[in-house]
Parts: sequence; C-alpha cells; structure tokens
Amino acid sequence: MKSTLLHQARLKQQIWLDMLFRGLTRLSAFGVLALLLAIIASLVMGSMPAIEAFGFHFLVNDEWNPVTDEYGALVPIVGTLVTSGIALLIAIPVSFGIAIFLTELSPRVLRRPLGIAIELLAGIPSIIYGMWGLFVFAPLFADHFEPWINDHIGTLPMLGPFFAGPPMGIGILTAGIILAIMVIPFIASVMRDVFEVVPPMLKESAYGVGATTWEVVMKIVLPFTRIGVVGGIMLGLGRALGETMAVTFVIGNAHELSKSLLMPGNSISSALANEFTEAVGELYTSALIELGLILFFITFVVLSLARLMLHKLGKGEGQTT
Amino acid sequence: MLTLYTRRRIINVTGLLVSMLAMAFGLFWLCWILITLLSHGLTALTPAVFSQMTPPPGSTGGLLNAIAGTLMMSLLGTLIGTPIGILAGTYLAEFGQRGWLAPITRFINDILLSAPSIVIGLFVYEVYVIRVGHFSGWAGALALAIIVIPIVIRTTENMLRLIPNTLREAASALGAPQWKIVSFVTLRAARAGIITGVMLAIARISGETAPLLFTALNNQFWSADMNSPLANLPVVIFQFAMSPYEDWQHLAWAGALLITISVLTLNILARILFRQSATTH
Repeated sequence: MKSTLLHQARLKQQIWLDMLFRGLTRLSAFGVLALLLAIIASLVMGSMPAIEAFGFHFLVNDEWNPVTDEYGALVPIVGTLVTSGIALLIAIPVSFGIAIFLTELSPRVLRRPLGIAIELLAGIPSIIYGMWGLFVFAPLFADHFEPWINDHIGTLPMLGPFFAGPPMGIGILTAGIILAIMVIPFIASVMRDVFEVVPPMLKESAYGVGATTWEVVMKIVLPFTRIGVVGGIMLGLGRALGETMAVTFVIGNAHELSKSLLMPGNSISSALANEFTEAVGELYTSALIELGLILFFITFVVLSLARLMLHKLGKGEGQTT
Repeated sequence: MLTLYTRRRIINVTGLLVSMLAMAFGLFWLCWILITLLSHGLTALTPAVFSQMTPPPGSTGGLLNAIAGTLMMSLLGTLIGTPIGILAGTYLAEFGQRGWLAPITRFINDILLSAPSIVIGLFVYEVYVIRVGHFSGWAGALALAIIVIPIVIRTTENMLRLIPNTLREAASALGAPQWKIVSFVTLRAARAGIITGVMLAIARISGETAPLLFTALNNQFWSADMNSPLANLPVVIFQFAMSPYEDWQHLAWAGALLITISVLTLNILARILFRQSATTH
C-alpha cells in the first residue's frame, strides 16, 4: 500500500517535471518570435520622429544634411541596391561554376577539401574583407583596372557614363566586387546542396541516352533544382544587402548620387556604421534608425522569399512523378 | 560546318572549363586574402601585442585590452545564447510536431540567421543602451547572444532530427519520462553535433563588428568592467585600419590575423570534431 502511494507521488512529480521541461522549451521557441517582434517594434518606435517629419518623401529625397536637419534615404538605398546587384552579377555565374565543379567534375578525393576551402571563405569575418579591400584590392584596382575601364568601357555610347570618372579605387564598383567575393561561398554552397538532391537515376538516364556532362547539368540538374537555385541566390542577396563592414571600408561614404559606378557612394549599413555613434540630435538619430528599418524590411522580404523557395524544393524532394 | 556532335562536344568542354575556372577564381581570393593577412600580420605580431594596451597614435602598444574584451563578450554572449538556443531547438525537434508555433518559429529563425547584424546592434542600442544611458560590455554581449541563438537553434534541431526514433522509443518503453528521454538520451546522442554548432556560433561572433559599434563601443584602456564601454578586437581593427597612422594600421593587421586564425581554427576544429563523432557512431 505504502509503495503504491510512493509510486504515485513519483509519477506525479515526473509528470510535473515533464510539463515544466516542455514549457521551458516552448517558452524559448516563443522567445525567438518575440525577439523578431521586439526588433521591429523598437526600430519603428525609434524612427517615429523621422517618419513624422519626412513621411514618404524620405524614400525619394537625396538630400542628407545634418546641418539643416534634412534627411532623405535615396542615396543609401540606391547604394545598397546597386552594390548588391553588382555582387550578384559576378557571384551567380561563379557560384554556379563552383557548384557544378564540386558536384559533377571534381575527383572524389578533392571534393571535400575544396568544399571546405569554399566554406572557409564564408567563415572569414567581413571586417577582414573590408581591410583587405581597402589596403590591397582598392590600390591595385585604381592603378591597373580602372584606367582600363575608363578607356575601354567609359567611352562606349550607352554604358559610358556608368564607367567614367577618376580612378580612385574606392567606390560603388569596388564595394560590389568585394561583396561578390563574400557572397560567392554562400550561394555556391546552397547550389551544391540542392544539386546533390537530384536523383542519380535521372542523371544516369540522361547520360544513358548520350547527353554530355554540360547537357546533363543544363537540362536535367538545373530544371530540377531551379527553385532551390533561385532560393540560394536570394539568400546571397540577403547577405549582400545587410553586409556592413566590408562595404564601409571601400564604398567611400559620400552622400551623393552619381551616375558613375567608379564614384564613391553610400549604403544603408555603411551610413549606419559611420554616423550612428556620432549623430547628435533626435532627428538625425531617428533618420538613421529609419534607414535601419528600411534595410531590415528589404532583407526580411528577400530572405522570406528565399526560404519559401528552398522550402518548396525540399517538399518536392520526396515525390517521384 | 561543324557537325552536331562536334558542336556539342565543344560546348561541353567550354562549359566544364569555365566551371573549373570558377572554382579556381573562388580559391584565388581565399589564397590572396590569407597571404596578405600573413605577410602584413606576421611582421606586426610581436609579444607586445599580447602584453600592452592599445596605444594613442604615435606610440607603441598592443591589443591586450581588446583581446580580453573580445574574449569576455564572446564568452558571455555564448553563455547567454546557447541555453536558449538549445531549448528552442529542442522544442522544434521534439515537441513541435503539432500546432502553429514550431513552423513559424522555424521560419523566423531562418530569417534571423541571416538578418543584417548591424540591425541587431541598433535593436540592442534602442532597448538597452538608451535605457541604461551608456555603452557597455553587457550590451555587446547581449547583441552577440542574439546572433548566437539562431545558429544554435538551427544546428540543435538538425542534429536532434538525425537521432533515430527507435532510441526514443526504447527509452520510453523503459518508462522514462519525456524530459529524461530528451535530456539524457536524445540530447546526449546529439551532443557532438550541438557542440559543433556552438563552436561555429563562437567563430561567427568573434569576428562580428557591426553589432558592437553601437553597443560595446570601444575603450582605450584596460577594463574588465562589463558595465562600461569595452575594448574589443573588431572595433579596434575598424578604428585603427581607417586611421591615417601607420603604427595603428600595423596593429590592425596584427589583430586581423589573430581574429582570422582563431575563426578559421574554430571552423576546422568543429568540422573535425563532427566528422570524428560521425565515424565512431
């Protein structure tokens, strides 16, 4: 009799512990949700003064003048979008090539070390890229590449104005190139992962009817993984948009809108990194926080799309149609 | 006139050559960056770097206070972030089969995983630094913890999912309560993978600069007070590298080499550890 009572008490205790444990893990999961809401709420609250003062005009105004307290986000927004665009233009074909190499071409012995090497490229902190860009890449770029660009592309009728300007080494184009180097490993490793989900049977069938490796990649692997590839690209775009330190070093930090990609510009994240701690006055700080809010909004949309696409591919994985 | 066969072969060979070049292109940057770091960093890496404080421009000094600050903040950030991450990851893998919370949390977590780190700095500034009224090491550790959480959640969930269900069923059949099954059976079986995730998270935060700019700020002197602005390697590198003083730039290279070596070592160690555990199981 006594032992069953004891037994029941222990059972009760265990049930109680179970509930406690489950509640604790649930609370932590809920914390992630709360964190996101808190981030959005705090950014919105912080940027309220600027939103009230400038309204939607903030988004299209290219003025940024702390002296007259007049702020507009056009220059940093354009800078962020253009640098990320350049980065993707370079990074997409290169990452695609790397992914093909790692999944289809590389000898089995080299596959792992090469994959790790590319992932190490992703592990290098962004401030190192920035420093390297400022001290090593930018001077070389200014001495050897920008004069060439000036002479050969800068004189073309349509493209010309985008590539004219003094060879300074720092500017939008340099920032875009450094960003490209940074996002290549992210895009390449996602592409490699999605390429690996292609059923071997499909590829073998194509080889069996006489397709070349290139044809297998372009006509079997790529169509099968299209959504995943686009998802990986969006993931890389999300990285590029929010990247701060690498860009801050080499973009030049000029609040000016210029047609030429060789001229210095500004991005949202570099404006924040450079000016936030020195900003005086409520409106200045608040305008910078609104920039942060815009950045968060853009990356949120891009990353959500990326995740939805990758998720969709993951769902189709198990089906054999 | 080329035959169809030759044309296909030419396209094939060109395509494959180009992808090989792409691989070489990727490796080229890695090598170039590492070589630059070694050549600039090794000459600047003197014993003084580890024994003296950050100097004013024009005099010699080291990075001791910055190294100590980075270690303290990374440690605290990891200590705050890891338990929350493991618990939330456990929920996603073990308890979140039904209901709305798990899918939404998983989605949000994936977004936080690659959210711009500078925005996290802004967030901590808004909710902590303004309230307290000054920059502090705690704020920096908090910002780093927010970066750690999604990484740990992700790896914990993935690793727990690799644990075969038979293990859980066996424990359940012996009459173990669920909290015991999870903490003594599944989490223990997934231990190596989770430690790998934590190591990768430490590697990530030890190089993060952007979230520390508005939280920990910087401090030129020795300080172990978490409640005051704290020197840290990334921000010191940023400040010194952007300065016109040559001896500051030298120190920045030394710091950059230190950070890169530790980050890459952590990355490689994590991989080795994970691989070893995978082969012994």
